[in-house]
Amino acid sequence: MSKVRPVLRYAVLLLITAVFVTPLVWMLLTSVKTYDAAQQVPPSWLPNPFSTYGYDQILNNTANPVLRWFLNSMLAATLHTLLVLVTASMAAYALARMRFRGRGVLFALIVGTLFLPPTSLIIPNFIIAEKLSWIDTLTVVVVPGAASAFGVFFLRQFFLSIPAELEEAAVLDGANQWQIFRQVLLPLSKPALATLAVLSFLTNWNDFLWPVYVLFSPERLTLPAGLGLLQGAYVTDYPVIMAGAMLASVPVLILFVFAQRHVIQGVSRSGLKG
Amino acid sequence: MADVIEVGAARDGAPPPAVRTRRRRATERGNRTTPYLFLAPYLILFGVFGLAPILFGLWISLHQWDLQLPNRPFIGLDNYRDLFSSESAIYGDWWSSVRATGIFTLFSVPLLVVIPLGLALLLNRSFPGRTFFRAAFFAPYVLGVAVIGLLWRFLLDANLGLVNRLLGLVGLPSDTPWVTDVPWAWVSLVGVTVWWTCGFNAVIYLAGLQDIPAELYEAAKVDGAGGWDRFRHVTIPGLRPVMLFVFTTTILASANVFGQAFLITQGAPGEQTRTVVWRIVDEGLRDYDAGRAAAMSVFFALMLAVVSIVNFRLFRYRED
Repeated sequence: MSKVRPVLRYAVLLLITAVFVTPLVWMLLTSVKTYDAAQQVPPSWLPNPFSTYGYDQILNNTANPVLRWFLNSMLAATLHTLLVLVTASMAAYALARMRFRGRGVLFALIVGTLFLPPTSLIIPNFIIAEKLSWIDTLTVVVVPGAASAFGVFFLRQFFLSIPAELEEAAVLDGANQWQIFRQVLLPLSKPALATLAVLSFLTNWNDFLWPVYVLFSPERLTLPAGLGLLQGAYVTDYPVIMAGAMLASVPVLILFVFAQRHVIQGVSRSGLKG
Repeated sequence: MADVIEVGAARDGAPPPAVRTRRRRATERGNRTTPYLFLAPYLILFGVFGLAPILFGLWISLHQWDLQLPNRPFIGLDNYRDLFSSESAIYGDWWSSVRATGIFTLFSVPLLVVIPLGLALLLNRSFPGRTFFRAAFFAPYVLGVAVIGLLWRFLLDANLGLVNRLLGLVGLPSDTPWVTDVPWAWVSLVGVTVWWTCGFNAVIYLAGLQDIPAELYEAAKVDGAGGWDRFRHVTIPGLRPVMLFVFTTTILASANVFGQAFLITQGAPGEQTRTVVWRIVDEGLRDYDAGRAAAMSVFFALMLAVVSIVNFRLFRYRED
């Protein structure tokens, strides 16, 4: 009996894993098939012949500059992440460690917006971005989303858990607030900063609704926004579409493999202390 | 408040309160602007793209605000009245989108609350390979909706898709119109969303399960409680705060569904799977009627606020 249960557990887990992973494997396999092989009935699992057709098509297509979209996404997500880290950590430091007029109200306002569906602000945000002449620029996918209430809340909770004695010692040594922040608090907060960095990068890299409506020049699109065009251009040419999807997936899957613990802990922590 | 803490600290042998207070005051007076300097970069962003849009959105919703016209006359609550008046041009499309979002939310939320709990219970005990399985279940979540949309549009394709082909191989009907007809379109949208996001909820449950003290389970065992009793009387009550979080965030996320419908069913059949968020952006950013779109957004946000409040209340009552 006691030997049957682990076997049963693994059988169930492997079955579920197959459900989660098979679609992703199918995406990879299709991306290296020829057009004909992708249409085959019954389906052939292994690409035979192996083909770079899908990738050739998307990388050499001047109407849909996929490589450019990839670089746009990379640049946008990186800048966005830096902006979130700098602004949220500074604000969280003030909210966690300083006493000043309006602190309670400010914190309540920031946390309050966490409960507001972000899509309900999309129309006014679009008009504000338009007034700033940001529509169809890189800025519009980097900046507006960086007002991260989650980032401030998450880092503040982490900063509160760091003992105040460490800062008091630095004060006695004559350090000013900026030095304490940079040289005491931030180095101690590396795990939290890494978690927020990964989550911010993922969110921005994967964002779809906003870029679809604020970007339109083919050379300015991010990869998710461009994928829709690719689907329109290659209606049922699935090796090409799956190659594009692979290009959008590989960076975040690599990031996930390396930062798995941070991502998963960040998610569970944000859930529990929320 | 501060005084209380300092008196307490003094009792433990810290410097006398008077000395401490004086030093604090001195540093505070010297740096009165420092907190605001630290906050400034974030507050600029938050003000322009977090707070201003809330007020601006309300303002827009009270105007006839065509993005292409310079004149934006104040019309009071007319935009809101249009949402409820069957004579207005948008009434039918609007309520069809509310219905679509409602159907999706109604079916996806229970599945996204229950299935992840099952996964978390499977992964709760430590055993070799647990990290691998946890990562495998979570992996789809790190992909964007654009990728999962294109991928499932392909997998669910009635003729070329893997789903119908596999069903055919085992002798089941292999011509189900997964993305072009109801109820199949709903099965597809809900199914894909569960596949995509249930790892996220499972991870949150897992963290919650690990916070339940093992002594509670042992005590229950000593009292002769079986597996099901322990689940009902220890696990479920212990998970209550986590469940409230999962419920609330899942309802919010499901109500905001857009990308799946946009890419997988493309609104089909007809406009039946065109959701509220899609309707809002179309009204505002494609048809340029920002006033109506803003009114829809306000109504939508209020609806979700009510749902969240009811949710919190229900959980609190059950606790009493």
